[in-house]
Amino acid sequence: MTTPLLVILAFILVSTVVGVIGRGRGAMNLERWSVGGRQFGVILVWLLMAGEIYTTFTFLGASGWAYSRGAPSFYILAYGTIGYIISFFLLPPLWRMAKSLGLHTQPDFFLARYNSPALAGLVALIGVVSIVPYLQLQLAGLGLIVHTASGGAIASEVAIIVAFALTCVFVYTSGLQGIAWVAIIKDITMVVVVVIIGIGLPSMYFGSVGQMLSELVRRHPSHLTFPGGTTTMGVGWVISTILLTGVGFYCWPHMFASAFSAKDERTIKRNAVIMPLYQLPILLVFFVGFTALLVMPGLKNPDTALLALVMRSYPAWFAGLVGGAGAVTAMVPASMLLLVASTLTAKNIYRPLRGGAVSEEQLMRASRGFMLLIAVVALILALWSPNELVKLLIFGYDGIAQFFPGIVLGVFVRRITARPVIFGLVAGEAVVVSLIWSGHDPFLGMNAGFVGLLVNALVTLLSATWGQVLNHRKIHDPRPDPITQLKFGGEHGEPGG
Amino acid sequence: MPIRFRLALVPALTPAVALVAGLPFVNRLEPIVFGLPFLLAWILGWVLVTPAFLGLAYLLDRSTSAAEDGDGR
Repeated sequence: MTTPLLVILAFILVSTVVGVIGRGRGAMNLERWSVGGRQFGVILVWLLMAGEIYTTFTFLGASGWAYSRGAPSFYILAYGTIGYIISFFLLPPLWRMAKSLGLHTQPDFFLARYNSPALAGLVALIGVVSIVPYLQLQLAGLGLIVHTASGGAIASEVAIIVAFALTCVFVYTSGLQGIAWVAIIKDITMVVVVVIIGIGLPSMYFGSVGQMLSELVRRHPSHLTFPGGTTTMGVGWVISTILLTGVGFYCWPHMFASAFSAKDERTIKRNAVIMPLYQLPILLVFFVGFTALLVMPGLKNPDTALLALVMRSYPAWFAGLVGGAGAVTAMVPASMLLLVASTLTAKNIYRPLRGGAVSEEQLMRASRGFMLLIAVVALILALWSPNELVKLLIFGYDGIAQFFPGIVLGVFVRRITARPVIFGLVAGEAVVVSLIWSGHDPFLGMNAGFVGLLVNALVTLLSATWGQVLNHRKIHDPRPDPITQLKFGGEHGEPGG
Repeated sequence: MPIRFRLALVPALTPAVALVAGLPFVNRLEPIVFGLPFLLAWILGWVLVTPAFLGLAYLLDRSTSAAEDGDGR
């Protein structure tokens, strides 16, 4: 069957061309490449952030989770909202700092705020290590989509290599501006496709969404309450996971960077206000997963539920459209992740290691070089170790969420210093890694990353307090030391913002 | 910490509390709301009204910061 294949190929090619043209005129520099010259308005920032949120995991994973796990998948609908609420307060001051200090990346923030190259390097390292499996997941999802939608005619390896090579082309030439334009294509097709199949498929088989749901409740009475089709994902797991992923939402280095691309603070706040509406397509994706469970039970890989049902129910060209939308849904986040991981590596690992003696042009060249290197690493991982992906993704999310105390305290509490944040970060990561690798996730009914975050916050606060106590003992001078001066100065004398 | 910050927190945090702390109390199928089981309807409903709550926070934020700016600076 060649029809779906041609449609998918057309999608991928058009996106690449748009991405390359999207760079606009003029010479490329790091400011334009990594944060779009900070000139994006509400719509473009919205599309860009949505572009990163709607990944192939949402497309395939949400339907797969709805299919196999049921109610626990609802966390996907809720956590983004928590993330936007946090962003409403957190991103404007962050954006101000980024603008006035010329920050491009997340470690830039840690370096500027804490004045600690060690902390910034640690954050950069954890960021890149967490991004690679996420990138790998997009590639594997892309391979799965093209392979399934082509009826097995194209090997997933071929699809991964071709689509990813094209992705690299537009990231290399255009940076963030190119990605933003491709995100527009992706979002429009994704929403159209999801609305059509999310309402169309339940109606096709059961008459309406409501009837599909009541049939589901009749046949699987426990599927739509926690813990759904699982034994471990009860209310405690869902709450801790919503909190962890909501908190971690803007801790991803690429989400951090997309906030920097806004042209003013108002853009960011308005964006936070409207973003929750963008969660709605996820509901429709759930409906597809539920319908698939009723119509095609017993699929070996739940992640193929959406595509399998689409191929069974619609003509070939439409299956191609869904496959194409799915492929672009993988390409956009992949390009964003690639861009950020390479900027991080060049600016926050490579340059400090070279003693900082690197010019802007050299840095731009290094970023592009690291981009190709990281692309190759992710490609190799996606081709040769496609298992354990979900475990790696969970590790990624749990890993980056540990930045949260350092970010929030750094923005809102003036006297916090680098050392407590480093202690907390290391403690949190240690808990996460040991719980996941020893198979203790969930731990006591809670998401392991959330347990890590609790330990992290506790260690950070305790060592910050301890540091202050030590400071007081050392200084017998009755005059207030500079740290407490800052504290009291901050509470009374500061004019508000 | 500026006053406007705390004022805006109230409407902004309401949906967050409902979406997180409310879950143990709504983990059931009945009553059905617009064809959706109650748990799903609860989560969806709060996601849908969050823009209204954040919009209110945005207005509070703006009006108080405008007042502060006018306050002799």
